[in-house]
Amino acid sequence: MRHRGEKYKWFVGSAAAIAVSLVLSNCAQPASKTAAVSKDAAAPSSRAALVEPDGGAPKHLRILTSEQYLNTLAYVFGDDIRLQTDFAPLPRADGLLASGAALAGFTGGQIEQYYRTGTAAAGLAMDARRREFLINCKPADARAADRACATKFLGVVGRILYRGRLTDALLTDSVNKASEAADRLKDFYAGLSSALEGMLASPAVLFVAETSEPDPAQPGRERLDAYSVASRLSLLLWNSVPDDALLRAGESGELMTDKGRAAAVDRMLASPRLEAGVRAFFDDMLGFDQFATLAKDSIIYQSFSAVTAQDAREQTLRTIVDQLLVKKRDYRDLYTTRETFLSPALGAIYGVKASGWTPYTSPKDSPRAGLLTQVSFLALHSHAGRSSPTLRGKALRELLMCQPVPPPPANVDFSALENPDPNIKTQRARLEIHRTNPVCAGCHKITDPIGLALEHFDGAGQYRETERGAPIDASGSLDNQQFADAAELGASLRNMPALTSCLVKRVYGYATGGPTAPVDQAVLAYFDNVFARQGYRLPDLLRSIALSKSFVTVRDVPAPSRTASLSAP
Amino acid sequence: MANFNRRRVLRGILNGGAVTVGLPLLNCFLNGNGNAMASGEQMPLRFGTWFWGCGMNAKVFTPSKFGANFEFPIETAPLRKVGKHINMFSNYNAYRDNAPNLCHYTGWVITKSGSAPENRGNKPGDTIDVLVSKKIGNTTRFPQLTVTSVGDPRDSYSYASGNSNVAEWSPLTFYKRLFGPDYQDPNAPTFTPNPRVMVRKSVLSSVMDQTQALKQVVGAEDKIRLDQYFSGLRELEHQFDLQLTKPKPIAACVPVMAPGADPRQGLSAELVGQRHKLMTDLLVMAAACDQTRVFNMSYCAAFSATTKPGWDKPHHTTTHEEHVDEELGYQPTVSWFTIKAMECMADFVEAFSKIKEGDGTLLDNSLIYASSESSLARIHSNDGIPLFTAGRAGGRIKTGLHIDGKGAPGSKVGFTCLKAMGSDLPSFGTKSNMANSVISEIAV
Repeated sequence: MRHRGEKYKWFVGSAAAIAVSLVLSNCAQPASKTAAVSKDAAAPSSRAALVEPDGGAPKHLRILTSEQYLNTLAYVFGDDIRLQTDFAPLPRADGLLASGAALAGFTGGQIEQYYRTGTAAAGLAMDARRREFLINCKPADARAADRACATKFLGVVGRILYRGRLTDALLTDSVNKASEAADRLKDFYAGLSSALEGMLASPAVLFVAETSEPDPAQPGRERLDAYSVASRLSLLLWNSVPDDALLRAGESGELMTDKGRAAAVDRMLASPRLEAGVRAFFDDMLGFDQFATLAKDSIIYQSFSAVTAQDAREQTLRTIVDQLLVKKRDYRDLYTTRETFLSPALGAIYGVKASGWTPYTSPKDSPRAGLLTQVSFLALHSHAGRSSPTLRGKALRELLMCQPVPPPPANVDFSALENPDPNIKTQRARLEIHRTNPVCAGCHKITDPIGLALEHFDGAGQYRETERGAPIDASGSLDNQQFADAAELGASLRNMPALTSCLVKRVYGYATGGPTAPVDQAVLAYFDNVFARQGYRLPDLLRSIALSKSFVTVRDVPAPSRTASLSAP
Repeated sequence: MANFNRRRVLRGILNGGAVTVGLPLLNCFLNGNGNAMASGEQMPLRFGTWFWGCGMNAKVFTPSKFGANFEFPIETAPLRKVGKHINMFSNYNAYRDNAPNLCHYTGWVITKSGSAPENRGNKPGDTIDVLVSKKIGNTTRFPQLTVTSVGDPRDSYSYASGNSNVAEWSPLTFYKRLFGPDYQDPNAPTFTPNPRVMVRKSVLSSVMDQTQALKQVVGAEDKIRLDQYFSGLRELEHQFDLQLTKPKPIAACVPVMAPGADPRQGLSAELVGQRHKLMTDLLVMAAACDQTRVFNMSYCAAFSATTKPGWDKPHHTTTHEEHVDEELGYQPTVSWFTIKAMECMADFVEAFSKIKEGDGTLLDNSLIYASSESSLARIHSNDGIPLFTAGRAGGRIKTGLHIDGKGAPGSKVGFTCLKAMGSDLPSFGTKSNMANSVISEIAV
């Protein structure tokens, strides 16, 4: 698999973030130098442009994620279509699986998975119960081909599946296949099912292939064509393919006017389907795909079950939707809010009784405030049997501030480490070895002081006062801001410019369907300022990006970005 | 013969696990010597890999004696029961030349591909299973199968052209893929081509046409991705062709029953062991039924996160943090994790040895190449990286030997495997890892 953005991983969307990233790329250097540069990096990006600079994104060929594929099937065939998708996991690029979808390569086994899933979906869609209401015509003879009826049905379904690009030739070919199959199998519906299998395996359905046309407003430049714009919008806002109205707006040319695009975007933002889009984005950005393999040691954490893990993911997504979409709060408040939701399984972790999903506000003196103190963050970035300040600090840097933390430097002589003392009781004491050893200190100093502030929460996210009988000191620092505990860490993070610039960078990459690049720096800085002026309201940011010139303008891909490889398993 | 319920016997073996029962030989399938099919074709060769992460401690892993009749120290003790089927290779190195030592990555990439990666995204060449598959994997339903015991599809140490072969992680799903509706029983008394498969083949041709058409509107790099997609469709087409052809009877082929349920999520050694057993049974029968001739099993990740109940650190963390017991001279819990891995490896080899095939066993017609990603994981060492082979590759490989590599590149073991599988590649690996001669002590 290739990683077009790999060579740019130290570059992020604002000047401030770039400075911090450069620090992290050299984190093995002495800590004093790291701290000095970090101070500069904390400066706000006040010099960013107030007018949208020239921007744009490359045209991408991205594979639908399994979630997008399922959402598409649900839209076309009904919400009750349930099937298992075993699509190969996507590589993460520039912090997002969605960006990896534009880079992922394929093996034979993966293609077989796509085909098997499509076959199962076609079979379900054409089962006897569903066909009654799904198929918009009746064949003259259910045991034979009926071209007219097949054309009517496949034309409607194919238009959505192909996201508007079902040509007459493709439709005719599909009808031919349906007819051949119906005659051979002596079953009209089996014929339709076969044709659907073909559609669902078509690269034009599984891949979103963006295409362009000359931009009349910018002579010499290209812009996405209407169907490509429609797909970008629907994948961004609904995590699904365009609906009929959006395709019609594309077909009429309305979508390519400022007014028409604004009307389409406002309709989509007002739709209940926006929630699915926002959930999908944060699920991706927060690395929640890791929940698929999360498990805890049942002897050490008896209250943590598979249901707890599932509910922890749901808790955070519910909180995000409630805060950002329902209450339209400032994005930064996610890291300080005491409002959330509890399920019975989470209640066992929180020490609070909950029946079903219940709104819950933690008391003012509670150590729980903000997403960092939710079980999703605490448990996901811990080991199976204990907490990990390093993993938590690394996750905060990488996921929320877009500051990649390098793996242990190559060629470290680990034999230089002292034989660990088995009598050490707390994580703080254990990690002291890393922070004082010059080989390890560079990186551990940028992760551990953050993660240590969360040490009042064990590897399952349960509150504790002590660790192995020793009292826990939860003080720490984040880029020179000192704090005493997790709640103060959240408050410090809330005010970090990198927090909001990181969200902007991720949303922009997600919206344009691929990794960001250094050339996007000016555009990202512009959106940083826009976001600030909007009071850090997510729906407003989504609207601004979706209506921007950059969203539709095509930028050529710089050669170096297409050569690097993606991460290992 | 007709009254003998072979299926029932084998199901008992595979579900019970512990009893070795020679399958009643169906002589009609074989030639007079029992080493080839009645048609005169040789028994097919199979190639597999078995991988575990976080290496070993040579002090308690490596036998002191070379040659035959070597002993099995603490960490390799579980292998004693399959000792006559395996070869152990010591003092072989994974050379990184000027490339960095990427912790828990460099080692496995070298042992699998023969080349050192430049960065964590870099996957040079193709892994050995892919190279072998190009030689012997073209006639079966699946060119290769990759499975993992940790429940994570990303846990794969097989790649082609930089793309990982995604691992099957769910025994239930894997069973359906192998023995679900698309499975063609070679021993079925009758054969009728499925008209649905004929239809699918026709539909697939349209999909292939659309793939070629889409290539016209994308850039050069995306054309490569669509070529990969097209190659995958070709493999599917090949599967359909096989489904439309009457398969030859295979005496050893008795599909296992579907697993009742997937083991629950988790990485305790017990759960990993359960998954490993289920996946092993399925892989063994996939090979016996000639659904594939190339397979990969990963016991745990290179950054092994396997856990020991009640012990707060996963395997990898334990390698770096457990105190070296001064009395024992090694890290006892790290060794516990290694022993668990070796137990599963021994079970894996044994499972192949229990399937009677011709006048030998499935293992006799197979060659399994086992490796880790480091030697002493505590210091991320790639020197003396542990390697094994199991099986006789249809009589091409001697077994029961402990070989001293004397600092040779580990890729020499890989090259010997390639040659045993009939590969005509002149060498394996690059730079200091380049090997172009076989290990004469084990080559027949």
